[in-house]
Amino acid sequence: MRNKIPRVPVRDQDPQERVKNFEEVCFGYNLQEAMLEASRCLGCKNPACVAACPVNIQIPNFIYQVELGNIEEAASIISKDSSLPAVCGRVCPQESQCEGACILGIKKEPVSIGKLERFVADWSRENNVKFTNREPLNGKKVAVIGSGPAGIACATDLAKLGYLVTIFEALHEPGGVLQYGIPEFRLPKEKVVKTEIDNVKALGVTIETNVIVGRTVTIDSLMDNEGFHAVFVGSGAGLPRFMGIPGENLNGVVSANEFLTRSNLMRAYDSEYETPIYVGKRVAVVGGGNVAMDAARTAQRLGAKVTIVYRRTEKELPARVEEVHHAKEEGIIFKLLTNPVAVLGDDKGWVRGITCIEMELGEPDSSGRRSPIPIKGSEFDIETDVVIMSLGTSPNPLIANTTPGLETNKWSCLVADSNGATTREGVFAGGDVVSGAATVILAMGAGRKAAAAIDTYLKNKE
Amino acid sequence: MYKIVGKKFLTPSIALMDVEAPRMAKSAKPGQFLIVRVHSKGERIPLTICDYDRDKGTVTIVTQVVGASSRMICHMEEGDKFTDFAGPLGQPSEFIHASREELSSKRFIFIAGGLGTAPVYPQVKYLHSMGAKIDVIIGAKNKDMVILEKEMGALCDNLYICTDDGSYGRKGLVTEMLKELLEKGEKYDQAVAIGPMIMMKFVTLTAKPYNLPLLVSLNTLMVDGTGMCGACRVTIGDEVKFACVDGPEFDAYKVDFDEAMRRQGMYKTVEKEADHKCKIGLRDEK
Repeated sequence: MRNKIPRVPVRDQDPQERVKNFEEVCFGYNLQEAMLEASRCLGCKNPACVAACPVNIQIPNFIYQVELGNIEEAASIISKDSSLPAVCGRVCPQESQCEGACILGIKKEPVSIGKLERFVADWSRENNVKFTNREPLNGKKVAVIGSGPAGIACATDLAKLGYLVTIFEALHEPGGVLQYGIPEFRLPKEKVVKTEIDNVKALGVTIETNVIVGRTVTIDSLMDNEGFHAVFVGSGAGLPRFMGIPGENLNGVVSANEFLTRSNLMRAYDSEYETPIYVGKRVAVVGGGNVAMDAARTAQRLGAKVTIVYRRTEKELPARVEEVHHAKEEGIIFKLLTNPVAVLGDDKGWVRGITCIEMELGEPDSSGRRSPIPIKGSEFDIETDVVIMSLGTSPNPLIANTTPGLETNKWSCLVADSNGATTREGVFAGGDVVSGAATVILAMGAGRKAAAAIDTYLKNKE
Repeated sequence: MYKIVGKKFLTPSIALMDVEAPRMAKSAKPGQFLIVRVHSKGERIPLTICDYDRDKGTVTIVTQVVGASSRMICHMEEGDKFTDFAGPLGQPSEFIHASREELSSKRFIFIAGGLGTAPVYPQVKYLHSMGAKIDVIIGAKNKDMVILEKEMGALCDNLYICTDDGSYGRKGLVTEMLKELLEKGEKYDQAVAIGPMIMMKFVTLTAKPYNLPLLVSLNTLMVDGTGMCGACRVTIGDEVKFACVDGPEFDAYKVDFDEAMRRQGMYKTVEKEADHKCKIGLRDEK
């Protein structure tokens, strides 16, 4: 018989306190809580959670070890399939993946798989447990472009298989979106991101920062002059979208990418750093995804009163449930069924407000979501000092434009088959650069698939 | 880390440095820029590329003390290292796609304002090597602020120097010099102006009546410099472009300079500009 207790709640930092700091919101389980929660897992013979995990972590197996208190063994099981467990335990949309598939969830609450994964990963870090087993070097070199989730996952698997891997990163810190996109209070940089990247380096992977592929080097030069036998492109979707409405170039309108990069990568919230950031008194964030929540909660912590403006209803918000919940707890105002039509400026060219229009939901569109339709004559103004546009991102065309034979589709995503093979021989791709902006874990899944495909490709070539 | 292997002061407040960056030295082209960080808590500072030596693996930058960041750079010595040195960034100048044959029959004029002389230099050097005819106007506050005169003089057909106070060359603004040349009937296939935004604006207004094809290089705010943040967005004709990836060079007649200048002030804080305030344009505005 399994333990029929309710899901063990996880401790959070008090909302009143946490809006004043950038410390992590969620404290995570301690050993006792983790073992108790693990005792709820049914240990299904055909576990739906594993199938629903993009990297197929052997979830019931690791949870069983947690229940027994064998945390190192649990960590070893996870490490076979995931190189970023401390990250994924924090930022995966578990409710639509592993936990969404958990049988317990049909009648009650699913097992808290994400929090258990996080516990195991944090325990490993605190106890300095590392898994650095790898095959001997096989003499083949692979270049990985981008050190975000896709690149890290691909590099890890290839290194374990015996390849000599170099990751090229355009920015000055490795991690991609983990570094510039996701805020400290959700994903601590020193404690979590740096540690997991150090684990990848411990496998023998070299990370070269400040290399912009397409500018500093090209894929051709890496393959022809530097002897790389294959290339994996995991350069993400970094190009921000804007709305194309009047007033969008006024001072005070920024992309979520700029705002978050200043705060996360450049640590603008920390007075020891030189980076400037501007929030004024009131901030409006346009959009409803995880990035919008991150921008809103960051602005709130920097002292502004924040309103999220989203054109559909709460049900359609693309952000994770936990993020929306946390944002509300922290006092972010949600202005739903609302869309900006113009940004208003003062006589000096600074933002003073936005004109919005009310929306109603019409028929479902191609995405299956009901499409928002403006209600005529419903325009109204919201006063604000800063507008943060969080409307999604698309891949940077730099690599495609400088690599002959590399095809893109109409969304400027690289064309790749289900194994990540692009239209150029020896060049593979995965993550947001192929799928368009998605999640950390989907990018990791794509990186792993491509690693396997690169291994097959290079072995067949011999 | 990127080591400074050579440093000299061109003027008391303008320093030139050769920095070890082999990958960038190999791929840099005229018209491009780079981003440096001086220390691990510093800003990402965009700088123009003044020169590059593919054999030695060095890239040359020129900085003037105008604020805290540039002061920090100028105070670094030979043997010191930049924490980060990323690039080359941006599109190279359009003319690098033209053949030697095409370029050798063309005549260019460059209008360089202050520190803008630095990024003009690699362009002039490249065009000279392709056999183009080149005139250069350098404008500066005073004699002490004129840089790269000898180097530039060796590559161009005519070098015109203007200073605000008349302490060297002719007294006056680059716009007046340009106008004089155009009035005299000098013909150019292409003009390129690089300098403070206000100077580029007034060069554009000066050149327009003469239908002189003119490019400007926009020094906007930037964070990443790779197209990620959009801080550098500028209005070009009826389109919004990112100076970092679509530029930095644009058709001058399509640039909304007033917007670009306003956007440069987005994060203007307590940091004070040094004693020299570029005065160009102010006279015309009155």
